[in-house]
Amino acid sequence: MFQRFFTELRAARVPVSLKEYLTLVEALEKDAIPPRVEDFYYLSRAALVKDERHLDKFDRVFGQVFKGIENTGEAVNADIPEDWLKALSQKFLTDEEKAQIEALGGWDKLMETLKERLEEQQKRHEGGNKWIGAGGTSPFGNSGYNPEGVRIGGEGGQRRAVKVWDKREYKNLDDSVELGVRNIKVALRRLRKFARTGAPDELDLDGTISKSAKEGYLDIVLRPERRNAVKVLLLLDIGGSMDSHIKLCEELFSAARTEFKSLEFFYFHNCLYEHVWKDNRRRHDEKTLTWDMLHKYPSDYRVVFVGDATMSPYEITYPGGSVEHWNEEPGAVWLKRVADVYERLVWLNPTPQAHWGHTPSIQLVQEIVGPQRMFPLTIEGLDGAMRELSR
Amino acid sequence: MRFEGTKDYVATEDLKVAVNAAITLERPLLVKGEPGTGKTMLAIEVAKSLGAPLIEWHIKSTTKAVQGLYEYDAVMRLRDSQLGDARASEIGNYIKKGKLWEAFESGARPILLIDEIDKADIEFPNDLLQELDRMEFYVYELNKTIKAKQRPIILITSNNEKELPDAFLRRCFFHYIRFPDEETMKAIVEAHYPGVKARLVNEALKIFYDMRKVPGLKKKPSTSELLDWLKLLLTDDVDPETLKSRDPSKLIPPMHGALLKNEADVMLFERLAFLARREQRGGAS
Repeated sequence: MFQRFFTELRAARVPVSLKEYLTLVEALEKDAIPPRVEDFYYLSRAALVKDERHLDKFDRVFGQVFKGIENTGEAVNADIPEDWLKALSQKFLTDEEKAQIEALGGWDKLMETLKERLEEQQKRHEGGNKWIGAGGTSPFGNSGYNPEGVRIGGEGGQRRAVKVWDKREYKNLDDSVELGVRNIKVALRRLRKFARTGAPDELDLDGTISKSAKEGYLDIVLRPERRNAVKVLLLLDIGGSMDSHIKLCEELFSAARTEFKSLEFFYFHNCLYEHVWKDNRRRHDEKTLTWDMLHKYPSDYRVVFVGDATMSPYEITYPGGSVEHWNEEPGAVWLKRVADVYERLVWLNPTPQAHWGHTPSIQLVQEIVGPQRMFPLTIEGLDGAMRELSR
Repeated sequence: MRFEGTKDYVATEDLKVAVNAAITLERPLLVKGEPGTGKTMLAIEVAKSLGAPLIEWHIKSTTKAVQGLYEYDAVMRLRDSQLGDARASEIGNYIKKGKLWEAFESGARPILLIDEIDKADIEFPNDLLQELDRMEFYVYELNKTIKAKQRPIILITSNNEKELPDAFLRRCFFHYIRFPDEETMKAIVEAHYPGVKARLVNEALKIFYDMRKVPGLKKKPSTSELLDWLKLLLTDDVDPETLKSRDPSKLIPPMHGALLKNEADVMLFERLAFLARREQRGGAS
């Protein structure tokens, strides 16, 4: 059973290794916990999950794998007399609903079907329209909306507190869900690469010691200061379909600003054309030629596009496709030029990754900048993007 | 050896399990969580409740892993030798023991706290892998291996400023201290200020949790800040009624300096109060 738990965790992309699994087994061997399922949950969580981002995924897998386990040893066989149910129905069902019960063959038939299905069904079930479970339209189960429904378990049952792992308290920490300023900072730090360049102006203590020991007198050795050598060119899509994402982009931007020694940013609208600009309010007066940008910033800059790449495909592929002005060359040419100059380039996309397949323009952009270089604007995506950039 | 929480420290069920698992299996326990949720306090309290000596190693951005083992003061030796001091001939005189060495040599089984490991260089945890795994290290200068008499209980805290390497994480137990819910928070307040007026605490907690819900706060107030604030309220003997009066013009609670540590946050609250006042006036006219 634990092995299934282990494989399910790995399938849910919680990075568990064999070592951690063995640690858990060892802990159980040594009786580190009293044999209660809650304690087992806490223990396995402490042993297997090493990052709060994975806690939510862990909770979900735990809930799936160990569903129903908490009832072992105290199985309740609730024999509810049929008459009770009938009496209840007399009280609470409207005439219309009673008529509907008749439609399924009356009470006796209903109870018979219930018994059959209980035997047929071995697993817990939710949704759907046949099996007994919660939230479905089958007549049997809990919180459903079939007027003939027979409630099984649920509120009226054991009054057991909600299981800890079903509360999903760590949902906010799941990295594929949310992105805040602090989270972005964590991800952007990946991009920091320390390189020692420039004039030697810092005392190298270790070097001084070894040199002094060698020479027999105090010989001071200097070395260049540690400096963040990463240079970033940030290109932000602004306006239009991006308006709903602007806040997210601004957060990314404000976080990025403190992170790098050299950070340049430009705005564009929907797709990159021959102009970019720095101040969105004066976008029509103060423009920079994209050619100038390409010439000014050397190829060792890392380029980060932020945009949803959601537009009409014509805006990318055709001259004059821009919604704002007449462009001589199609956006695809400009994107290609940037991709050719800057070897390290990523595109961050605020639209959920699941929707990418449905938007042709996203696929077009992916083809131009490189298929593996578009990342969703989540912590996970940023992590991947930063790894790609610092490669 | 089991940790069950102390009267000054309210440990949740899952935290106890994690600590006890780490003690039983002699693996380090990595504790993460929002600043001010009692990560460092945990080590102090575990030491207190187990009656074990506590060795604290506070990490700074300049701390090197090797400093936890030992340091060789070559400069001092060089100076001594130039002055003709006889001590210079014995290298052992210039080896300074680090915290890890101290913990390894301790008579009783000690608690070693490695505080804020994420402050150090990114390679720092990697440099400690062998030492934490085998609980031994080699001193080149003395040509001998230092082995732990008994494996210390190691607690490591992190504020998540840097990612820790996988190889390091695999060797630890992990616990994330979630922000306490109101129930737990009341227990924590009770542990710190026994017999405090229940009504004052209720009102204060309400304000406190409301404050945490305000979007856009740069630094959300945490447990330690709440405790400081309550202390101020108590010493000043603030009437619970003052807290209760939901007058929008007094949206900023008294002594807010203990809760809000950022002038931008205070500004945000003042702006909110201003908006609330304007709304009220607009409604009256």
